[in-house]
Amino acid sequence: MPGSPHISLQRNSVRAVMLKVLAALVPGVIVHAWVFGPGIWVSLLVCTAFAYLFEALALAMRNLPLKPFLTDGSVLVTAWLLALSMPTLLPWWIYAVGMLIAVLVAKHLYGGLGQNLFNPAMVGYAALIVSFPMYMNLWPAPVSVASHTPNLMEAFDLVFAGQGAVSPDAYTAATPMDAVRAHVRAGGRAEEIARESFKLIGKETLVLTYLLGGVLLLATRVITWHIPVAFLAGVTVTAGVLYGLDPARYADPLFHLVTGSTMLGAFFILTDPVSASGTPRGKLIYAGLAGFITVLIRTYGNYPDGVAFSVLLMNMAVPFIDAHTQPRVFGEARGRRGGS
Amino acid sequence: MSAARGRKLYTFPGGVHPEEHKAESAGRPIAAMPLLPLYVVPLRQHIGEPARPVVQVGQQVLRGQMIGAPQGYVSVGVHAPTSGRVVAVEPRPVPHPSGLKDLCVVIEADGEDRAIDMTPLDWHRMDPSALRNRLREMGLAGLGGAVFPSFIKLNPGARRQIPILILNGAECEPWITCDDRLMRERASEILIGAAIMRHMLGAEQVLVGIEDNKPEAIACMTAAAVGSDVEVVPVPTVYPAGGGKQLTYTLTGRVTPSRGLSTDVGVQMFNVGTAYSLYRAVTFGEPLLSRIVTVTGHVASPGNFEVRLGTPVADLLAAAGGERPQATGRVVGGPMMGFELHDTAAPVTKAVNCILVKNAQLFPEPPPPMPCIRCGECARACPVELQPFELYWYAHHRDFGKTQAYHLFDCIECGCCSYVCPSHIPLVDFYRFAKSEIWAREREKQAADQARARHEFRTFRLEREKQEKAEKLAKKAAERLESGAVAAEDPEAARKKAILAAAIEKAKKAKEAVQPKNVDNLPAEVQREIAAIEARRRGGADEPEAAATARTTPNP
Repeated sequence: MPGSPHISLQRNSVRAVMLKVLAALVPGVIVHAWVFGPGIWVSLLVCTAFAYLFEALALAMRNLPLKPFLTDGSVLVTAWLLALSMPTLLPWWIYAVGMLIAVLVAKHLYGGLGQNLFNPAMVGYAALIVSFPMYMNLWPAPVSVASHTPNLMEAFDLVFAGQGAVSPDAYTAATPMDAVRAHVRAGGRAEEIARESFKLIGKETLVLTYLLGGVLLLATRVITWHIPVAFLAGVTVTAGVLYGLDPARYADPLFHLVTGSTMLGAFFILTDPVSASGTPRGKLIYAGLAGFITVLIRTYGNYPDGVAFSVLLMNMAVPFIDAHTQPRVFGEARGRRGGS
Repeated sequence: MSAARGRKLYTFPGGVHPEEHKAESAGRPIAAMPLLPLYVVPLRQHIGEPARPVVQVGQQVLRGQMIGAPQGYVSVGVHAPTSGRVVAVEPRPVPHPSGLKDLCVVIEADGEDRAIDMTPLDWHRMDPSALRNRLREMGLAGLGGAVFPSFIKLNPGARRQIPILILNGAECEPWITCDDRLMRERASEILIGAAIMRHMLGAEQVLVGIEDNKPEAIACMTAAAVGSDVEVVPVPTVYPAGGGKQLTYTLTGRVTPSRGLSTDVGVQMFNVGTAYSLYRAVTFGEPLLSRIVTVTGHVASPGNFEVRLGTPVADLLAAAGGERPQATGRVVGGPMMGFELHDTAAPVTKAVNCILVKNAQLFPEPPPPMPCIRCGECARACPVELQPFELYWYAHHRDFGKTQAYHLFDCIECGCCSYVCPSHIPLVDFYRFAKSEIWAREREKQAADQARARHEFRTFRLEREKQEKAEKLAKKAAERLESGAVAAEDPEAARKKAILAAAIEKAKKAKEAVQPKNVDNLPAEVQREIAAIEARRRGGADEPEAAATARTTPNP
């Protein structure tokens, strides 16, 4: 016999939370298609299909009811986040492997919804980038600079039938981050290429749409301000210090804020409640350090972006962070904190 | 003047805004109940020791006669709600979450409703301690739900005075309107009760906190307070604004310490209903015989009733026109903190402020729980600033030590976390479970400790007696030998003396060797456990078995 309370806020549900996240992603998806071409629709579709396939498979193997878990929307969020973090127009099986790792390994091997230590989409991404670095570097060029942007039919062809008539050189390009890195290694100044490259691509629009989606999430109370603010501050401060030390070798903070997955990470990836810190102070530490690590990986690492690895590293630290940042309860004396 | 304007209010953390549903029952005046043929009066109606029955079956009683006497300190009297005959003193269904029966005095009314002689109390001149004793006998207990004996809370104790008295008229639970109606209809009487409280506590300031969704009650109380310095303060409507620590903070900004009482910060709080019952007790000498109860929800005509304690809930429901078809259950109290009533034969007690009849539309079955996604909604709703999802995690995995480290016992079970949970997890049930497990273990441990201490002392005593006997004997023998003028050169006597000396030495040694820790008679596993504990106590150096053997070896 369940006890009090005898009423609950019926409009609150896991599905409602996930749907709000998806809704907040929609503007980003649309602008992504506008900036990079219609390839994103194909990768979203492929990721979504495999997400449901693997989710259903996992649920069946674990003897769990299909309906509540297939309709909770969580696997759709994972699929969309992975699709948005990856290059489009890759062969379908790469997306399939990514979703397999994300759903079967990162989510269900850890116990399913609510139990995963790591962000599933980022585990999928990390697995792909260490397994297929060649493919994961094939970023489509923005429509504004590409010599040819595949249309929807060509995109389907590229994903399902392989290269065909179009050569990847025609529609891919180095990302701004790669460009800066290459330019600096070749002895150039970071700021020359940084300014130029992100002026070209029109990617600020995409960044702004993720920002807009994030504001939506804040307004609907799906997330709190702590994680995005701390992450963006971590990125800005770290990049700012490096830039201040040597503007020739390091890109400026603004460059870091608008390139790669910074905005997507700040509002949609780091904020995954299951794998993020749950205390107010913990969120600040978790996301601030993630921002710091992101810039370090971008600056000194060889991977195209640092968000995924910094998220995973900080996911690992969450139990520790949470245990040591428990808030003081109402009426508890100052200086005496619980947890541990 | 009781102007509320200008008082700075403080906002406590968290809280929720469930649908209020006050209008259903708030509109109609408090109605009297007809005299019933039968009353069932539980002896346990307050926190603490239940009252001890002082009437026999067959005995005639009068209204207001004590039928249960307080026993122990935290206890108050219980009284006959009408005149009649005691027909049973036996366990009957009572309003309790467990659904278990409890000892009740069953009174068959004679219809005459004759009362004992009631003499008003001269509270101005009475010795404070004598006054509190009278209130204890008269059965006064908090009517806000906790039913803590009022005489204890009215004792300023070593502090001599408690500067702030707060009357709690917040009534933040949805559906319930009994305090609302009482304040609208009997404001002056409540304030007389408050004046008596203030006198007893030596309070300098009296505040009345009322949620701002009760403008009529605020107006009535404010009007009644004109000419006094009692301050009627509307507080924002947010559940649980009426929680003791929450209302104290809202009105004064004083934070009641965790695990502490509001008196620690100079505040004492009473429900407005309690102030009213104090007024009746002092002005008319009338024990606590009735209270206002809201009957609402899926009943024909919801409203508030002045109900004699001991009135079966079934009769109360009938007075409200009865349950409508397709009722799905009844809650005692409000929807946030009330509990399911298993049997309508159970009577109204001092703690029952509302009978809420459920139906499927107003109280739909909660959706099946989903896993916790740590979204933190619960933490944002918690008025105590706990991390309910962490508590849930540890309670769920029976890590009770961790639940305590995460402040389980600061949880007031207000239900905000469960209410907002997107996964619809019955969080509070998990906390109740963890608390009861911890209490049960604590009790078990105490019982085991006591048993062990008892046994050890008995063994020690037997051993000591044996030693004392042996020593006495040896002493006597020595005296005899010495007084017996034995020649020093007698080798036989010298030998005997030597033996005797050795015996005394041995006895002394033995006495020293005896430790008050003999555990021979316990079963093997208990011995092992004790040995392990002892080993740990000493720093864990000893091997448990060896330690046990060493201790239990008889004297050499």
